[in-house]
Amino acid sequence: MTRETNRYFKFDWITIVLFLMLTGFGWMNILSASHMGDTIDYTDFSQPYGKQLLFICLTVGLIVIILSLESKFYERFSSVIYIISMLSMLGLFVFGKNVNGATAWYGIGGMTIQPSEFAKAATALAIAKHLSDLHTDLKLFKDQIKAFIIIAIPAVLILLQNDTGSAIVYVAFIFVFYRENLPKAYLVFGVLLTLITLSSLKFGDIATSIVVVISILTYHFTRRKKPAILKTLLALIACVILSFGVDFLYDNILQIHQKDRISLWLRLEKDPLKLQEMQRDILYNLYESEKAISSGGLTGKGYLQGTRTTGKFVPEQHTDYIFSTVGEEWGFAGTVFVVVAFVLLLLRILHLAELQKLQFSRVYGYSVAAILFFHFLINIGMVMGLIPTIGIPLPFFSYGGSGLWGFTILLFIFIKLDSNRINEW
Amino acid sequence: MRQFLLFFIIILVGLTFIGRLFYLQVYTADGYNILDDNAIRKVYDYPKRGFVYDRDNNLLVGNQPSYDVMVIPREVKPLDTLEFCSLLKITKEQFIKTYKRAYNYSPRLPYVFVAHLSKEDYAVLQEKMRKYEGFYIQKRLLRDYHTAVGANVLGFIAEASPSQIEENPYYKMGDLIGKQGVELSYEKELRGVKGIKFIQKDRFNRDIGPYQDGAFDTIPKPGKDITITINQKLQDYGELLMTNKRGSIVAIEPSTGEILALISAPSYDPNLLVGRKRSANYTKLYRDSVHLPLIDKGLLRVHEPGSPFKVIVALTALQEGAITPQTNVFCSGVYRYGRRGTMGCHCGGGNRDLITGIAKSCNSYFATVYRKSVDFFPNASKSMDIWSDHVKSFGLGQYLGTDLPIGKKGNIPDGAYYDKWYPDFNWGSTTIISNSIGQGEILVTPIHLANMTAAIANRGFYFTPHIIKSIESQEKDPKFTTPNYTTIDKKYFEPVVQGLFDVYENNGTARSLRVPGIEICGKTGTAENFAIIQGKRTQLSDHSLFIAFAPKDNPTIAIAVFVENGHYGSTYAGRIASLMIEKYINDNISRTDLENWILAHSLEDEYLKPFSGTPFKINREAGYQVISPEELEILKSQLVKKL
Repeated sequence: MTRETNRYFKFDWITIVLFLMLTGFGWMNILSASHMGDTIDYTDFSQPYGKQLLFICLTVGLIVIILSLESKFYERFSSVIYIISMLSMLGLFVFGKNVNGATAWYGIGGMTIQPSEFAKAATALAIAKHLSDLHTDLKLFKDQIKAFIIIAIPAVLILLQNDTGSAIVYVAFIFVFYRENLPKAYLVFGVLLTLITLSSLKFGDIATSIVVVISILTYHFTRRKKPAILKTLLALIACVILSFGVDFLYDNILQIHQKDRISLWLRLEKDPLKLQEMQRDILYNLYESEKAISSGGLTGKGYLQGTRTTGKFVPEQHTDYIFSTVGEEWGFAGTVFVVVAFVLLLLRILHLAELQKLQFSRVYGYSVAAILFFHFLINIGMVMGLIPTIGIPLPFFSYGGSGLWGFTILLFIFIKLDSNRINEW
Repeated sequence: MRQFLLFFIIILVGLTFIGRLFYLQVYTADGYNILDDNAIRKVYDYPKRGFVYDRDNNLLVGNQPSYDVMVIPREVKPLDTLEFCSLLKITKEQFIKTYKRAYNYSPRLPYVFVAHLSKEDYAVLQEKMRKYEGFYIQKRLLRDYHTAVGANVLGFIAEASPSQIEENPYYKMGDLIGKQGVELSYEKELRGVKGIKFIQKDRFNRDIGPYQDGAFDTIPKPGKDITITINQKLQDYGELLMTNKRGSIVAIEPSTGEILALISAPSYDPNLLVGRKRSANYTKLYRDSVHLPLIDKGLLRVHEPGSPFKVIVALTALQEGAITPQTNVFCSGVYRYGRRGTMGCHCGGGNRDLITGIAKSCNSYFATVYRKSVDFFPNASKSMDIWSDHVKSFGLGQYLGTDLPIGKKGNIPDGAYYDKWYPDFNWGSTTIISNSIGQGEILVTPIHLANMTAAIANRGFYFTPHIIKSIESQEKDPKFTTPNYTTIDKKYFEPVVQGLFDVYENNGTARSLRVPGIEICGKTGTAENFAIIQGKRTQLSDHSLFIAFAPKDNPTIAIAVFVENGHYGSTYAGRIASLMIEKYINDNISRTDLENWILAHSLEDEYLKPFSGTPFKINREAGYQVISPEELEILKSQLVKKL
């Protein structure tokens, strides 16, 4: 074997094949969701399917560039890449283009670029760099703070662009930190916080407080080795304050449409008439997408045969709601195929990450898996009505050049890093 | 442990998703049905509705095209409204009003701009239609009646009601469905099967194009033509005779059970319920509470049968051996029973046997015969049960099972019926003596009487009366070709038939109604009746009834005539029966004197009496109302024109 062929075989082809499958299948569904009438002109760049085909072709060039750069480049320049990425998002406040109430795009010629899609890769690199530093120890408070600041900057910048969905993705890094020895308490507190918040909204602050107090006291007194009473008291007070504070936050911080979505998800509205009205107005997308998915049945209506897809009944179907096209036209068989493909891809990345000898590569790989997982979880969960509506694309599937390129860069940097695994010492 | 957390979570989420997908796509999905998919517009192509012919292949009901001018407001371009309005024969104000209404309904969807254009207007408009963008002409088929009679038999079609749509998913909003008569009975055969075109639409309800290039579209299957048993000429003649009378004529062919004529008077011209004026006309007919033109009196008018029922009383007594044809009864002009009971008799008095009893319609004779058969067994209740079974075997007191969509059961009481009325069982033949002369608790409809007559004409069996003769090449329902036997032996019919023959021949109650050359057997009937007027039970003029069949041997027609408040059976009903029989058998009328009398007399004033609010005379004292000579001329000219 020549040295040349050897180099190609070092890339993890399983990941690449899964990537190609998802991107290809995704494009087929974009075509179905966006074509008008009988004639399909693949070179018609005014149509989403034509544009997306162009984006996919350009991706090949992007992949070649990423794979041909040295692995060391990404580690060395991670800070620079991160800074450039953050600056590009800051620049939006000056040069950005407003689309649908969100200032998240640069307009260049006829194209628009969304820098937040690229920021995920940049942040993952920066986190990998920070955590793989020999002096960094996530058990130390200052390093924890540092790590949280690295993810907070892009999250806040994106929130300011009014793109809540993309900002939430940065929570995914918690999994990365936990893997890299962040104390368990953070995870426990995170889960506890979420539970208390939801419970306060659903069952009221007093009921929640009572349950919390009883559980903490029970925990305190049943432990063989008694924890310090002060700690327990602090936790108690924090939890109670939180449960009473949730209502205040819910009423004063969230925007109306966000409150409505949460209210519907938790079934907070008791008046059936009002509930019906809310469902009709706010859940229109969800209603149509669930209807499209369930009308697909076991084997679907056939490619390009979906009546609800052809009739454009699901708004935003080629972007955030692309999964409903799969559901309608390919049925249960198609949707399970996509879910399984995503799960395999995520597990493969995690597996590869664990094999890395360099901590930088491992942390980066873990970040890739966590980010993709969050997108997968939120998007498909939302389309099926399992979680409240949060606008976020399905990786490799949803229409959008920036999104596709962002995810491709994210994934292929890891493939490049992984290919060097054998050479590392 | 830390390595596996995300691992597990990913697998857990994957499984949750698959579970949710299973729930959405497999568990709750009950199969995709394109008809329920609101993303697909279903455009229906209505087939030709089947024609209706009479038994001699005269077309009774066909179809006529009707043209509606439709508008899609969004597609309308500026036009010459003056010219357009004059073509449509509407005013400019109407134009603006309708256009606004159409626009409010939907700017994108078609709306009926002007309904039911006449053929002439259509011809003129059609050439110029292309000038008016956004307007187009839609053709639809309406019923076209080639006869002005038989509305009760033919029925009508109208838009299916919401409950019908819910019951049968074939029908959609605006579809036409048979509502009465054969249109209802043979709805499925007549309507055919509509074709469907599937059209893909978008979420704004706009058409995009044919769904899958029309792979699922079906072509309409035309409705079948049907032939009914009605003899149009006889029906026509009967309706003419019933002018100015309320009641019905039912004529049946005894050898088949086919209904030759089913006349309900007053009726209405079926053409009234077609086209632009339909709903106004329907309301008018519906609200006519004196004439009740929408009610089929031949099938729905429940009444006491009166004297014709005596024939059944006699047959039952013969069968049970309570009497023989020779059993003699002396009539003194009044029949006394119990301590104080009396029943008058108009027969003239004297010795009566079976034949003269029937011919003279002697009340005393039948009261005696009835008591004999009811008292034959020691237990009155048990004898009533036996008696009731015999009577019911003539089709009385039950639904006949005709193929007409409506009917009434009538009433034939049995033992249990009276046990309920008289809980201490102290009833006997004298308690229920009125039954012997067809009054009391006996209730029938005219078609029951006609069928009973057919059973007597056949000497002991009948075929379920029906209206269908053939549906293209389809066989008749075996229900209509299997004879129903009565419980009376054939031998007992001969003396009874002889009695019925003597009604016409030997000084009987219908001797003046003889038709030369035809041996008719008949029986008159005069039924007392009462109405509650201002809270008081008031007697009205008697109902005039007549049953007959002819010829005596191998009868071809059995008939029952019921004329409300027509006094004696022979006065109105008897005359009409004789004329109908002559018309059917000879096709021309020799007894023009009868015909003239019937046409010239009217009972309209009788029907208004109960509503007049003043006291009134009945029966003989009331006299006969004659119509004006001009009106008579009109009726006679119709007679000439039609027949």
